[in-house]
Amino acid sequence: MSAVSPLRIDDLTVAYHRKPVLWDIDFSANPGSLTGILGPNGAGKSTLIKACLGLIPKASGRVLFFGQPYETVRERVGYVPQRETVDWDFPVDALDVVCMGLYGRIGWLRRVRRDHKLKAMEALEQVGMADFAHRQIRQLSGGQQQRVFLARALVQDADLYFMDEPFAGVDAATEHAIIEMLRSLRSQGRNILVVHHDLQTVPAYFDQVMLINTRVVAAGPTAEVFNNENLRKTYGGRLTLLDQATHALARRDQPGEPLEHI
Amino acid sequence: MLAEFIDLFDSHNTRVVLTGVTLLGVCSGVIGVFLLLRRRSLMADATSHATLPGIALAFLVQPAFGFAPRFLPGLLLGALIAGLLGMWTIQAIQKVGRIREDAAMGIVLSVFYGFGICLLGIIQTLEQGGASGLKGFIFGKTASMLASDAQLISVSALLVILMVFVFYKEWILLCFDDDFAGSQGWPVTFLDGLLMGAVVVVTVIGLQAVGLILMIALLVVPPAAARFWTDRMSRLLLLSGLFGGGGAFVGAMISASEADLPAGAVIVLSQGVFFVISMFFGRRRGLLGKVVRHQALGWTVRKQHVLRTFYEAFEDKGVTPNLERARLSFETLLKARSWTRFRLGIMLWHMKWSGWVYRHPDGTWGLTRDGWPRAARLVRNHRLWELFLIHYAEIAPAQVDRGADRIEHVLDPAVVDELERLLKETDRGVPMSPHPIPWGEGI
Repeated sequence: MSAVSPLRIDDLTVAYHRKPVLWDIDFSANPGSLTGILGPNGAGKSTLIKACLGLIPKASGRVLFFGQPYETVRERVGYVPQRETVDWDFPVDALDVVCMGLYGRIGWLRRVRRDHKLKAMEALEQVGMADFAHRQIRQLSGGQQQRVFLARALVQDADLYFMDEPFAGVDAATEHAIIEMLRSLRSQGRNILVVHHDLQTVPAYFDQVMLINTRVVAAGPTAEVFNNENLRKTYGGRLTLLDQATHALARRDQPGEPLEHI
Repeated sequence: MLAEFIDLFDSHNTRVVLTGVTLLGVCSGVIGVFLLLRRRSLMADATSHATLPGIALAFLVQPAFGFAPRFLPGLLLGALIAGLLGMWTIQAIQKVGRIREDAAMGIVLSVFYGFGICLLGIIQTLEQGGASGLKGFIFGKTASMLASDAQLISVSALLVILMVFVFYKEWILLCFDDDFAGSQGWPVTFLDGLLMGAVVVVTVIGLQAVGLILMIALLVVPPAAARFWTDRMSRLLLLSGLFGGGGAFVGAMISASEADLPAGAVIVLSQGVFFVISMFFGRRRGLLGKVVRHQALGWTVRKQHVLRTFYEAFEDKGVTPNLERARLSFETLLKARSWTRFRLGIMLWHMKWSGWVYRHPDGTWGLTRDGWPRAARLVRNHRLWELFLIHYAEIAPAQVDRGADRIEHVLDPAVVDELERLLKETDRGVPMSPHPIPWGEGI
């Protein structure tokens, strides 16, 4: 069982309007690992997650979770989207949002019952947000909103989690609480992939990293891969040869068009 | 006036029509909530305009199938098909042409509507006065509605309300976070199509009552009005349905008693009244509530400033000074902060009424036994917050006072506990001010 990688990406390419956003991605996560996905803005980090989850179409390639396609192991995979992608003015409270993590298990046409709410409440307690269960989500701070999102992922009780920038715009206390939670999840044998921005904390937080900038620059154990040479390749010289090539390609197809508005 | 209304109820036809229009108002208000939350309100406007060519084509084609040209179910079917086609075209234009949603909606709305108007012109030339019945679909015409039409509206409206009950949780998830919904395996495209399909159905059944130009109002105004009152989804749906139904009922009644007033316009106006009232008096987000809350906060902050001024003036003369002698003159207080004579006066008298300060016969003011601990607690919170900023946010002590002034008034007990823990200030004493108090020496 432990030989099967929780996430295996082969030859994944994703393109928006013929412009490749991810190019020939190969990656394999070690079982029970905390992996950081790093790269500059626009490198395709969020796109990678969405392509893995089937939210956007792949141009080519294959993604396997625990050796199986996503559709068959959906309930073993949890997802924490970027905080800014939702409307926090929405008329729901923190508990409602956490309950959404259970909708998949509740199934079509059934109501959210009391035992579901109790379960959601437990998850809120785990992230230290039980006192805020009935606050409208606009009235929470950025860090508290992020904790609510985490609680929603926790109730899914998944074996692999994707988290898109869980540390963005949160206070130090929340960052600490989140990383402690991720470590405890890992110690339970779960796998977590985190899109991350703060390079300073990488060696302390992650045991595996994946440096991407459209393609995989380097991937592997943090101690081996996270070095200046690879960082320069990932972040330095934004307009690499590959960039120029893809820009030229896209321009030839659509003269005078803005290249991306997604 | 009242007698007229009562007369109206006597007619079976009017009763059925009123029921139909009210149910239409309820169901468009309810489905409109989802439309508003999914930020697709204008989509409904585009589709309602797009129904016109469908109606006109159905009118032209129906005789070939052996129906009367004005056979209503056929006309509505034409409207439904054209509306769905319009919606689908909007999405197709966006995908293929890479045109933004607003532009795509503008294109579909105007082109479909223009086509419909042309068809109406053709119908008019073909048959004397034939198009006059169809114009009712543009502006709405409740007066000519038959009981059978109203029954069709009622049944469809109830079906849509039932759909909201059935897909309540799925649609909330779709509107709140469609990426997450997709990752959980919910068929996002299907759910979206179902929601928009329900919207088109509501639009089509509403055409007769309010007309295609004003239909958008029934879908947007009630939910927007309800949003001022609540932050809970279930209550939002309930209120929006109530506003929608109430506005439709009142509007239809007024229009039925004054034959010259078109029902659609009056219905929209009555819902507009609900909106304006909600905007001002809405409990959650209404303007009045905002102003009152803001004023109340300002009032509390200023009263706390007065208390702090007293405390800081006497704190180095012993922790519990002789209350009898710890008094300040009005002029001294006036100089302590940038408040006006008038405002300070009102504040002091109000605080006297609350029992926090008293006025000595010689005209000076002092803290009461009740006011002193209050002041001490406030100053303590203020200083804790200052210390927190100095130690944890690396702010120069000289700049601290302003920041603390603004935040301490909204500190809740949990934060104060946290500060005490962080700063190890667990004794109940008031810490020393980390910066010199600017006016303290003058007293």
